[in-house]
Amino acid sequence: MDANILPLFVVIPMATAFLIPLLAKLWQRSSDLTANAAGAALLGISVYGAAQLFGANPVLIYRMGGWASSLGITLVYDHLTALVALAVNAVGLAALLFSVRYIDHYTGRWKFFSLFMLVLAGLNGVAITGDIFNLFVFIEISAVSSYALVAFGTDFDELEAGFKYMVIGEIGGTAILLAIALLYAKASTLNMAVISEVMAGFGRTPLFWFIVATFLVGFAVKMAMVPFHAWLPDAHPSAPAPVSALLSGVFIKVLGVYAMSRLMFNVFGLSRDTAPMFFNLLLGFGVLSIVAGGLLAYAQKDYKRLLAYSSVSQIGYILIGLGIGNYWGIVGALFHILAHALGKGLLFLTAGSVEHATGSRDLDRLSGLEKSMPVTAWSHLLGSLSLAGVPPFAGFFSKLFIVVGAVYAKMYWLAILAALFSTITLGYLVKVVNKAFFTHKDRESTPTREVPATMLIAMLGLVVLTMALGIGFKPVLDRLVGPAANVLLQGIGYAQGVLGR
Amino acid sequence: MRGMSPIVQVIARLLAGMLFLFGTYVVLHGHLTPGGGFAGGVLIAAAFILMSLAFGSVEHAERNSYTLSSVVESLGGILFVSLALAGYVAGTFFFQNASVYGVGSPLALISGGIILPANIAIGIKVGAGLFAMFLALGESRFVMKD
Amino acid sequence: MIALFACMLLLLIGLYAVVTKRNIIRIIIGFSLVEYAVNLFFALVGFKHNGIPPIITEVAQSRSNFVDPVPQALVLTAIVIGLATTALMLALAMRIYEKYRTFDITEIRRLKG
Repeated sequence: MDANILPLFVVIPMATAFLIPLLAKLWQRSSDLTANAAGAALLGISVYGAAQLFGANPVLIYRMGGWASSLGITLVYDHLTALVALAVNAVGLAALLFSVRYIDHYTGRWKFFSLFMLVLAGLNGVAITGDIFNLFVFIEISAVSSYALVAFGTDFDELEAGFKYMVIGEIGGTAILLAIALLYAKASTLNMAVISEVMAGFGRTPLFWFIVATFLVGFAVKMAMVPFHAWLPDAHPSAPAPVSALLSGVFIKVLGVYAMSRLMFNVFGLSRDTAPMFFNLLLGFGVLSIVAGGLLAYAQKDYKRLLAYSSVSQIGYILIGLGIGNYWGIVGALFHILAHALGKGLLFLTAGSVEHATGSRDLDRLSGLEKSMPVTAWSHLLGSLSLAGVPPFAGFFSKLFIVVGAVYAKMYWLAILAALFSTITLGYLVKVVNKAFFTHKDRESTPTREVPATMLIAMLGLVVLTMALGIGFKPVLDRLVGPAANVLLQGIGYAQGVLGR
Repeated sequence: MRGMSPIVQVIARLLAGMLFLFGTYVVLHGHLTPGGGFAGGVLIAAAFILMSLAFGSVEHAERNSYTLSSVVESLGGILFVSLALAGYVAGTFFFQNASVYGVGSPLALISGGIILPANIAIGIKVGAGLFAMFLALGESRFVMKD
Repeated sequence: MIALFACMLLLLIGLYAVVTKRNIIRIIIGFSLVEYAVNLFFALVGFKHNGIPPIITEVAQSRSNFVDPVPQALVLTAIVIGLATTALMLALAMRIYEKYRTFDITEIRRLKG
């Protein structure tokens, strides 16, 4: 029963997505129950899968239909997959719980839950697949469903943001398809492990670098790296709050960072020693993202737009962690994926609570919410402290590991820059907390009530996870993040694990 | 939605039946000739769309058509997932081909394991889905009520 | 070889349309051109001189002359994805017209900063 759970990661959300329109015709609220049950089941099997990995097997392989590796689709579950699947399903379940009451603002409940299930199916599929065209199909499934979710409210801002997001995102998806076409032309197989073996004997010709560059462009659009980030500050604020939490928390990381690192490290076999130019490029874009995202976030007045620019900045941190290329840099990047998924998801959910209770997102008009919404206020404060890198929360450890990696690689300027911009992160996040939640002397507090119970449970769940990640960072580091970084660093060794030779 | 002139209606009545038959042929022979589930599904949807464009319809009839094609589409999707799970539940692999469905003799109509039922499920889903998409894009007033 | 260059030219034309045109429908048409170009490029990857279609028939033939069938299956999937994307774009364009009463993207600029 160990590797057989792998297809369930995709089957459960997809079957639920097809069942919800049928059941909703009988009873309107059935979609909430089925969606939350499916979300809980997904979290359960991802925890089960991670527990399997802590035992004897380093990697779980499932061949769909029993076909051999070079003919059929293989599902691969190693430590990196486990990390990504845990982040996706945890934030997904929290967002689902939150949206049970939040969707009262919108019409068409079952459509929201059906699309949300499709996004989760796509994200889980990207995490577990071992076949490159299957990767593209799941990227497109989750991307197209997210375009529809961003424009769900069909108000002025949401339609414009949704259209802009859609055109830019699809150009990125087409770039990925072009790169897959070129890669198939050279490798004649679609299985990622077999491709990595072929690529090892291929050499670094200009065609190789063209394929790498095209993939980089496609994934850069999906993960909002700085020259390609134009869609994110419009799309994430306009989406409903649970969708923003899912998008900002896991979507840009799974589709962009995870897929890119799986391809670049494991399939193409790039590493710091053999391809320094590529890693310096990642470093450059990462630094640009941190600086641009951080400075632009400072000037925002809209609550969610500030959080969206902060996402751009934090992706920059993950990119410099990957660009440094040694063990501690990659550990820092992966840990930051976890910490930022939980933290940013929590912050977007609190923003949604504020919007649900007061009906406004403008920071100049909110004040003193701590009196009437204490749970929301303290959840937001804890999430901000975690993201800004204050010990003992999770964000502190991830930035610490990135700085340690930079020092090991003798890039002292990078370490200083990372530390400096984490203080700027603290600055703008505390600005939000101060303005919205704690009272100003010359303004009255906005009168409102606390939000309903399911939304509180979702936020508190994420708070508990963030604090557990921070306090219990050592076991997570040893058993999950460390081996995941080793999976990336072993490069072509991935093929031996999958193909068994 | 208004209809069209009587010439178009006569020709549409002749053609729609043939389109539907040809679409079903393409779906059923997906494992022997080019085509398969998606192409046949598009042809089936085209037959319905032709009838809907040529004859027009009143709003309540459109709403019924939209509900029915939505239900059929979901059923097609569930059928596909249960076909894939049949091998899984029976103890062998997901999407298992031979041992669950039986491989017939080559080049016969009933052969090829899971491919024929999968093509039928995809044909149903794509046909119903495209017709629902046409109705939703054409007359979006009633679809948004939910 | 000429066909592959023509595909790239078509992709550049489509990309030019997406970037420079002001009407939303023209942007969608440009995006469809980009889709066509990439799908055609992918289908041409399996080309072989003097190849025959990869269908097994009763007439005995040499199977080593088959054109590669895998890119054709992948292109079918990519066409379906392109269909879903175009349909969603058109639905969004219709809703934008209902709200803004125009298709001109220079007037649909409420989000700034």
